[in-house]
Amino acid sequence: MAPSFEQLDPDMDDYDDDDEVDYSDLREQYEVRMEEGLDTFVVVDGLPKVPPGSKDKLVKFLLRKLVQFGKTKEENVFMPMNDEGDMSEGFAFVEYDTPAQAAAAVKGLHATPLDKKHTIAVNKLTDIERYGREGRIDETYREPDMEEFKEKEHLRYWVGDAEGRDQFVMYRGDNVGVYWNEREDQPDPVRTPAGQLVDRQHWTETFVQWSPKGTYLTSMHAQGVQLWGGESWSRQKRFMHPGVNLVDFSPDERYLTTWSHQAMQVDENNPILSLEEDGKNYIIWDIDTGKPLRSFVTLDPPGPREDAEGQPVKKKLQWPAFKWSADAKYVARLNHGESVSIYELPRMNLLDKQSVKIEGIVDFEWSPAETQRHSIKAYEQLFAYWTPELGSNPAKVGIMSIPTKEVVRTRNLFNVSDAKLHWQSEGAFLCVKVDRHSKSGKSRATNLEIFRVRDKDVPVEVVENIKDTVINFAWEPKGDRFVLITAGAVPEGSAVPPKTAVSFFAPEKAKAPAVGNFKLIRTVDKKNNNAIHWSPNGRFVVVATVLNQQSFDLDFWDFDFEGEREESEKDLTANLQLMRTADHYGVTDIDWDPSGRFVATSASVWKHRMENGYHLYTFSGQTLREEPIEQFKQWAWRPRPERLLSKDEMKNVRKNLREYSRTFEEADSAKRSTADKAVVDARRRMLSEWFAWRDRVTEDLRDERLSLGLEERTEEQKALDVDEEEGSKVVEEIFEEILEESEEVIE
Amino acid sequence: MRPILLQGHERALTQVVFSKEGDLIFSVSKDHIPSAWYAANGERFGAYKGHQGALWTVDVDPTTTLLATGGADNTMRLWEVKTGREIKKWEFNTSIRRCEFSEDGRQLLGVTEKRTGQLSNIFVYDINPDPEAEQTSEESLKIVVEDLPRVTVAGFSALSHYIVTGHDSGSVAQWDAKTGELLNEVFSHEESVMDLQWSADRTYFITASKDKTAKLHDATTLEVLKTYVADTPINSAAITPEPTNYVILGGGQAAMDVTTTSARQGKFEARFYHKIFEDEIGRVRGHFGPLNYVAVSPDGKCYCSGGEDGYVRVHHFDPPYFDFKYEVEREKAREVKDHPERLEDRL
Repeated sequence: MAPSFEQLDPDMDDYDDDDEVDYSDLREQYEVRMEEGLDTFVVVDGLPKVPPGSKDKLVKFLLRKLVQFGKTKEENVFMPMNDEGDMSEGFAFVEYDTPAQAAAAVKGLHATPLDKKHTIAVNKLTDIERYGREGRIDETYREPDMEEFKEKEHLRYWVGDAEGRDQFVMYRGDNVGVYWNEREDQPDPVRTPAGQLVDRQHWTETFVQWSPKGTYLTSMHAQGVQLWGGESWSRQKRFMHPGVNLVDFSPDERYLTTWSHQAMQVDENNPILSLEEDGKNYIIWDIDTGKPLRSFVTLDPPGPREDAEGQPVKKKLQWPAFKWSADAKYVARLNHGESVSIYELPRMNLLDKQSVKIEGIVDFEWSPAETQRHSIKAYEQLFAYWTPELGSNPAKVGIMSIPTKEVVRTRNLFNVSDAKLHWQSEGAFLCVKVDRHSKSGKSRATNLEIFRVRDKDVPVEVVENIKDTVINFAWEPKGDRFVLITAGAVPEGSAVPPKTAVSFFAPEKAKAPAVGNFKLIRTVDKKNNNAIHWSPNGRFVVVATVLNQQSFDLDFWDFDFEGEREESEKDLTANLQLMRTADHYGVTDIDWDPSGRFVATSASVWKHRMENGYHLYTFSGQTLREEPIEQFKQWAWRPRPERLLSKDEMKNVRKNLREYSRTFEEADSAKRSTADKAVVDARRRMLSEWFAWRDRVTEDLRDERLSLGLEERTEEQKALDVDEEEGSKVVEEIFEEILEESEEVIE
Repeated sequence: MRPILLQGHERALTQVVFSKEGDLIFSVSKDHIPSAWYAANGERFGAYKGHQGALWTVDVDPTTTLLATGGADNTMRLWEVKTGREIKKWEFNTSIRRCEFSEDGRQLLGVTEKRTGQLSNIFVYDINPDPEAEQTSEESLKIVVEDLPRVTVAGFSALSHYIVTGHDSGSVAQWDAKTGELLNEVFSHEESVMDLQWSADRTYFITASKDKTAKLHDATTLEVLKTYVADTPINSAAITPEPTNYVILGGGQAAMDVTTTSARQGKFEARFYHKIFEDEIGRVRGHFGPLNYVAVSPDGKCYCSGGEDGYVRVHHFDPPYFDFKYEVEREKAREVKDHPERLEDRL
C-alpha cells in the first residue's frame, strides 16, 4: 500500500529519509516570544570602520538605504565608537517605526554589498539576542557528523531488463499499477525484490506522470507531489505544495516545477516552506536536495478578466509557464506582451537582473536541443519568439541567443492573425505556422516559414499557401519531414466538425549534408483525423482521430516504405505508404513506447464512459491486444534515458541487425513455447480435475438414487428419451412468399 | 443457421424456458400473457390468459403437462400446457419473482418479492401431476428469509435435497428443502444474483450477476468451481447439456442506462464460454436491448434468448458447434478411445 501524504507531517520520523532530525532547535526558534518593543530594532553589521569625522557621512549614506524599507531618521541610528573613541566599531543599531518595517529591512537589506569590500548584514536585534546569547554558540568548532554512506537503489534498473521490455503505468479505478509490456500477452505486473506487486490503491489523487527520462514516477496529492522509483518502488522524494495541480520536470530531471491554482498559505512554523513561498502559485524545486529554489505567483493571462456581462472569463492556462532550455541551465517565463524573464539555474537569479524586453511578445519556445549554428563556437541556447503587428510595425519572428541576448535572426510577417512555433527535436529547423488573414479579414490562409537554424545566416524557406486552417503540425523526431492536418471551414450552424485533410511533406533530394527544399508528398483528404503521433525514432507516424463520437480511425504510415515508389515522388527523400488502418472506438489518447516498437491507444474515463480500456498495436498497426478495463484512466509508457551507445556502435548494430534479431527471435520463440506448454498443462489439469469431479458426483448421485429405490435417471432426463424412441425426423417446410408484384405494359 | 425470431410479445421478455423434451419454448414478458412456441420453427403453440400484471417467471414440469407462472399481480398460477386451462391460482401479498419445479415435478416453489413490511418468502407446494386433480392451497414448506438480503432466484437441487437461493447482495445460500433450515451461505458475487440455472443432473448450477461475472457452483458444498468474466452486467446464464461443455451468458447495459449509450456500447450479445477452461469462445449478436434470459434446450440442439427488446431469438446450433474441441479435449478423447480400460480404472 502506498504511504499516504499524511506522513508528510513533520512529526513523523521518516521525513526526508532522515530518522535523526531533531526538531528541538526549530521548536526553540519558533517558540512564542512575548518580546517587549525591541522588534522595531535592527542591527546593521559589516559597516566600514570610520573615524568620528566620517561617521555622519556614513550614517547619511546608510540612511538612504534604510529608508527604502521604512521610516527612520538620523537620531534613530546609533553607531557606537570603540573605547578609544577614534574609530567606529563597524556596526549600528537602527530603530524603525514599526516591527513590520524592521522586518522588511532585514529581508531587503541583509547581505547587500555597500562597496567592493563591505557587505552589510542586517538582523533583528531580538534575533541577535536569541542566537548570539552566551551559551547559544559553541566556542569550539565541532566537526559535523558525516552521515554514513548508504547505497541507494539503482533508479534506472528497468533499462537492464534482459528482454529489453519497456514498462508502463496504468491508472484505473483507484489503483495505479506498473507493468512490463508483454506484447500480445497479459502485461506482466512489476514486482519489487520482496515480491510485492507494484499495484497500489490510492497511489495518487489525480494522475501520475513519469519524469522525462523515466527515473521517477510522480504521484499527486492534496499536500504535494511525491516521486517514486528504484526497484522497490519506494518514495524517493517528496515536495510539499498544498493544493498542487500540475508538475513539470526540467529535461535533465534535476528540477521540478509545481503549480497550484490557489495561492499557497504558509505559516511561520512550516519546516519546508518559508514565508518566501506564502501567496505564491509556482515553486521551482531542486530535486536532489528537495528544497525550493524560488517561488512565483501566476501571471494573469492576457485579455479582460470579465466578459461583457461581468462574468469572469475562463482563460486557458499556459502550461508549462516556465519553459526550460535544453540543458536546464535556464528557465524562462513569458510576460505577455512585454518581456521574457530568464532565470539562471541553480541560483534562480534573473539573468543580468532584468527581463528581456520584447515588445508585444505573444509566445516563445526554447530550442529542444543544443543547436550548433553555422560557424558559431560559443555556448548558447536559442529560443524563438514572435510578436504581432503593432501599429505600423509588421509582425516578427525572432530567434534569440542566450546568454548574449543577441537576436540572431528576425523575419517580418504581414497580416498575421496567429502564429505557432514548432521546433524540430534536434533544433535543426524551426517551423513557424503563420495564420494569415486577407486585408479584408475574410479569407484565411496558413504559411509555413521554415528556419534552417544550422545553416549559415539561418535561411528561411516558405512553404506554399495553404488555403485551409492548419489544425495540427508535427515534425518527424530526429528527422526533416513533417505532417500537418488542415480543416475546412465549418458551415454556419453545423454541429459536425469539418472534414480534414492530412498532408505529408519531405525535403527534396540534395547532396548531403544539405537538406533540399520542402515539398508536399501527398494530401489525403475527406478524413476526420486530428492527431499526429510520430514514432520517437521517426519514420513511422500514426495519424488518428481522437475524441470524436463518430470516427476513431488510426492510420499507420511509413515514410520509408521499402518498395516501389511512385514516379512523381522520385525526387523526394521519402516513400510514403499507408501500412494499415485500425480503429479503436472512443480513443482519447495515443502513446508510442520509447523504443518505437509499440503504440498504446486508450479510451479514458476522464473523457467519456464508453468502452474504456486500451489497445496495443505494433508500429505497423497490427493489433496485439485489446483490453476493456472499467474506470480506465491513464496509460503512460515509462520514458527511457538517452542511449549510451556511440553513433558508431549504433551503426554497427544496424549493420548486423540480422545477427541481433536472430538472438531475440530465438528467445521469443523459446518463451512462447514455454508459455504455450504452461497453458496446455493448465488446461489438461483443469480437464482432468473437472472430469474427476463429475465422475465422482455422478456416481454418488446414482448410488443415492438407487438406494432410495428410484430409477437411475430423473424424470427430467427421461423426458429426452421420448424423442429417441420415436426417432427424430427432419421435417422440411418450404415457404413461398411473394415480395412484390408489378405489372409492366410492353408495347 | 438463421435465427428464428419469436414475435408476439409486446414488452420486455423476463424468462424463457424449454420443455424438458426440448420441443417447446415457454416465454413470459412484462405483457401479461405467457406464450408457448415450437422450438423447431418458431410457430406459436398457444397462450395462457389470466394474469393481470407483468410476469417475472415461468417453469414447466418434466412431462410438459403443467406450466407454472408468476408475476406482479401477486399470483402464481398453474396451467395445463395442452389446453391453456388455468388449474390453480395461489395468491400472495407481493409479486412472485421466481417459480421452479423440482426435478420430479412433484414440488413447486415460489419466491415472493420483498417490499416494505413484507419479507421475501419461499413457498413450496406439493403438486399432483394429474392435470385433472385438485391442487393444494396449503404450502408444504414456507421459508421466511429474515436474516438474509432479498431473495432474487431459487431452485431445487438434485433429489430435492436443497433449495438454493441467490440474493440481492450477491450471496448464494443453501436451505434444507425438507425443514427450511439455512445450511450454508457463500458470498460469491459482489452484486445482485440475477439468475440461477441447473446442470442437467442438478448437481451443480450457474449464477449470473450484475457484477459482470457468472459462476459455477457445486450444489452440495456451494464451492465456486468456475468463474466466467464478462465486461457487462450479466442477467442470465445457462449450462449446455453434456457432452458439450459450454455456458452461455446473456446481459448488457442495464435497461435504464441504455438510452444514454449507443447500441454498440450496450453489449447485447449472448456470450459463449468454455465451461471448463473459462475462456470466452464466441458471441452471438442480434438483440438490440439487453438479454434478460438465456435458455438452452435440454437436448442441446438449440438455445434461445429473451431480450428487453421484446423478442425471443431461437438459434439452432450448426455442426461446428458440436465439433469444436480444444486440443487437450481431443487428446483426452483419443486416450479414452485407445485405452478404455484406463477410464475403467479411473471410475
